Amino acid sequence: MSVLRPLDKLPGLNTATILLVGTEDALLQQLADSMLKEDCASELKVHLAKSLPLPSSVNRPRIDLIVFVVNLHSKYSLQNTEESLRHVDASFFLGKVCFLATGAGRESHCSIHRHTVVKLAHTYQSPLLYCDLEAGLQWCNHGSLQTRAPGLK
Amino acid sequence: MDSYNAPESTPSASSRPEDYFIGATPLQKRLESVRKQSSFIPTPPRRKIPQCSQLQEDVDPQKVAFLLHKQWTLYSLTPLYKFSYSNLKEYSRHLNAFIVAEKQKGLAVEVGEDFNIKVIFSTLLGMKGTQRDPEAFLVQGLILSPRLEYSGTILVDCNLCLLGSSDPSTLAFQVAGTTGACHHTRILSKSQLPSENREDKVLWTGWFCCIFGDSLLETVSEDFTCLPLFLANGAESNTAIIGTWFQKTFDCYFSPLAINAFNLSWMAAMWTACKMDHYVATTEFLWSVPCSPQSLDISFAIHPEDAKALWDSVHKTPGEVTQEEVDLFMDCLYSHFHRHFKIHLSATRLVRVSTSVASAHTDGKIKILCHKYLIGVLAYLTELAIFQIE
Repeated sequence: MSVLRPLDKLPGLNTATILLVGTEDALLQQLADSMLKEDCASELKVHLAKSLPLPSSVNRPRIDLIVFVVNLHSKYSLQNTEESLRHVDASFFLGKVCFLATGAGRESHCSIHRHTVVKLAHTYQSPLLYCDLEAGLQWCNHGSLQTRAPGLK
Repeated sequence: MDSYNAPESTPSASSRPEDYFIGATPLQKRLESVRKQSSFIPTPPRRKIPQCSQLQEDVDPQKVAFLLHKQWTLYSLTPLYKFSYSNLKEYSRHLNAFIVAEKQKGLAVEVGEDFNIKVIFSTLLGMKGTQRDPEAFLVQGLILSPRLEYSGTILVDCNLCLLGSSDPSTLAFQVAGTTGACHHTRILSKSQLPSENREDKVLWTGWFCCIFGDSLLETVSEDFTCLPLFLANGAESNTAIIGTWFQKTFDCYFSPLAINAFNLSWMAAMWTACKMDHYVATTEFLWSVPCSPQSLDISFAIHPEDAKALWDSVHKTPGEVTQEEVDLFMDCLYSHFHRHFKIHLSATRLVRVSTSVASAHTDGKIKILCHKYLIGVLAYLTELAIFQIE
């Protein structure tokens, strides 16, 4: 019952909801803030979570996109992501899941090899985007649920 | 560091020119897979545990004893162009002149105490992994201490030389006795005596080596000498001066080699796996927690026999280390720490690893403690250096 399913609820009118899952609250908050600043055709809602499963007590709208934020500097965030992936229904992976790897720029601080994350994204057939949340946000269009290109850089 | 096996996509038909990529370097394999537009998912690397048998053949432990127990700063070096082992004496003289010129640059006429620095190039026999590896060589900067009776005369003569010449780069050659008054040559012939009366203090040491550098050796042509790993001990300014000379003379490039946390955990696993008769130091890890206002350091020290016992319980394949074993080893340490202190060490950054074999810091500083596994330690560092060059 704690598995997240894509078609559980009815879609809201002209709204999109994104769920960001990651261990570092500050980074997620930063990412959410700049996402909301962007100009968007429909109404955008961003939910933040440390890990899945989400508590069932809260009434929330249907999730349209899940973004798993993996910090390449900490193995803990990778382990957390792997744990959370178990609570996502398989039909979500048909284009509604995205992986975001941060911290690849500072090679000397990396404790996870890049290929580990590439393999993870490849296993789940979902796009992988690299970004650097510390230097400045590079945000891509949130509406791009279309192509699946493994290993984007 | 990515000595990966062939990519997952099936090998191409034998008539295509891409065939020669079968034995290619990791960089070439990656480029090839990009061209084919296949997804390159490499299998995790397996590495050999350093064996102590490799060093024994022609290296005298006494000779390499000066390499141990010293803190070395690591650099990676691109291949040297037109370097020859027979010209070492000439290189010593040129480098000597260069250093003297650099030190004199911008200074008023002054008799500096560094004027009697001598640089020696020598080869280090036996510091190689396979027969194909080029010989390692050593550069040492020594301070010559002149005999006291002559020190006054040396000073006076040098002063005259400085005022007389306008071109600093030929300065040392003049002092070296090609021209000048007869008392110049007399002093120099005295200083070439065997050094019983002289104590030369080693000011700076640097050595170049290449251990198991096959992937790099295959790609460069004959004129280049591949010695990708450079270790330096001594003042940073001297390293910079000597580096500049090498860069100008041999058209190569130095860059500092930083070791990231991923590689440090590999080193920890490989060095714990080495069989040692007795342990000289505890196995110690240092993590840095980035928190404001100032970062916190967590140090975890383990008795080396306990670390070895943990490794033995994790280790499956004899003689080889795999990614899963390294991860499992580190996860055991993390979960043990978490159980006692409720801190997730996996969210922090591994900064320093120190075992009885060697100790390494993420800034690229290394200290080797055991001569048996010297080659093994250097082999991994060479791999990192080659990866950085590529």
